[in-house]
Amino acid sequence: MAEAATLPTRRDEAWRYADIDAIARLGAEALAQWQALDVPAGTSLTRCLVVGADAPEVQRWRVRLEDSARAGFFIVNRGGDYTRVELEVHLARGAHFEFGGVTIGGANEQGGVTREFVTTVIHAEPEASSNQVVRAVHWGGASGNFLGQIKVARHAQKTDAAQDFKGLLLEAGASANAVPQLEIFADDVKCAHGATVGALDEAARFYMMARGIAPATAQRLLVQAFIGDAFVALADEAERARLLDAALGVLEGAGL
Amino acid sequence: MLEITNLHVSVADKPILKGLTLSVPAGEVHAVMGPNGAGKSTLAHVLGGKPGYEVTAGSVTFRGEDLLALEPHERAARGLFLGFQYPVEIPGVSNVQFLREALNAQRKARGEEPLSGGEFLKLAREKAALLKMDMEMLKRQVNVGFSGGEKKRAEMVQMGILDPAFAVLDETDSGLDIDALRIVGAGINAIMRSADKAVLLITHYQRLLDVVAPDKVSVLADGRIVETGGPELALRLEAEGYDAVLA
Repeated sequence: MAEAATLPTRRDEAWRYADIDAIARLGAEALAQWQALDVPAGTSLTRCLVVGADAPEVQRWRVRLEDSARAGFFIVNRGGDYTRVELEVHLARGAHFEFGGVTIGGANEQGGVTREFVTTVIHAEPEASSNQVVRAVHWGGASGNFLGQIKVARHAQKTDAAQDFKGLLLEAGASANAVPQLEIFADDVKCAHGATVGALDEAARFYMMARGIAPATAQRLLVQAFIGDAFVALADEAERARLLDAALGVLEGAGL
Repeated sequence: MLEITNLHVSVADKPILKGLTLSVPAGEVHAVMGPNGAGKSTLAHVLGGKPGYEVTAGSVTFRGEDLLALEPHERAARGLFLGFQYPVEIPGVSNVQFLREALNAQRKARGEEPLSGGEFLKLAREKAALLKMDMEMLKRQVNVGFSGGEKKRAEMVQMGILDPAFAVLDETDSGLDIDALRIVGAGINAIMRSADKAVLLITHYQRLLDVVAPDKVSVLADGRIVETGGPELALRLEAEGYDAVLA
């Protein structure tokens, strides 16, 4: 599906933290590419993705869940340059959408890299639920963003939508941004969102070191525990291990 | 085994330890008692290598090596164990994973082979039983949701698994009821009472010393050891209070 080939600017709410220079390098054509998925009524779909290379990348997904369908997206965003994953999810009656996302990484030769998730979850019909858990781990002036929009239609009663974001900054100068945006037109709904950003738990790190664990291992264990939240809902243990390894591999190469 | 000589330590530029000298040979359980604010926890933390404690003078030698030159994890690998007054919760990391990583890191640093998963679980089960702790608790996240008493018992299970040569136990008795105190005391005896091991037992109260009979007792006040004696010193402190004994 192709759309008008114009480049976004930072004045566009969904692009406010984006790396506009990288998008210019990528070109408008790349942004016009959407990947569409339909999840038929009563079926379920899981996608586990490791996204990010040395060049800028934008992935845009449009996912349509029919009645009582289930979809889970579990994504590690570890780009070496600007990397953005967008999910636009449309939920019919009784459908459930689960998203676990991790942005992780530092700088490249040009400086801090931006990695982001942008989701729009549309509760179009009653009794659908969605749960989004995003963890951002950054250093070296990099930033991780989660722009999460939840739209609840006027008649989508008994909607249950949750969003949870936590950022872990391993060095000063890194940043994490969370922009929850709720547009709720129904009155009998549950919509929860939370966001926190902090540094590594030094008390936990000292406790681990006092038991003989080297600082780099202590950091890896703490980061693993931190990002593990994003994949709790992923039942496939081999896929969970693959995603964790993909994320922790970035940390190991960082030499912090 | 542990020689502390004229140790001066400041925290945020405030002197806490002011010329502390203490020697603990192998085979000895040495209790350190003292009023609030005397510097007991500072002593434990500086021996463990906690960041934020600045040694401004003096030395600490552990098994002939300059302890203060070592990182915390290196101290642990040399056989030093620090029992925390407030054990730290680590969400998302299980006790089993944490302790196996810790033990194998120590073994690697000493040039020993790592324990396999099965060997480790056997060891953990044995030490948990010694402290009357359910093995299921060790599969849970480190200290998360543990009561104060459970955290202290878990500390002793950790000590049993890591099998250190020297334990610095910082108010391990605080937060324990009478039964738990007996279990923890018996655990300390079982794990650490040995001719080639030693313990520095930091406590406020006599009650733990009823179970873990110390060989020596020192009184820490205003950053220095002001008196050292046998177990009778602890009884005198308990009966008369710090002020009377220190007067």
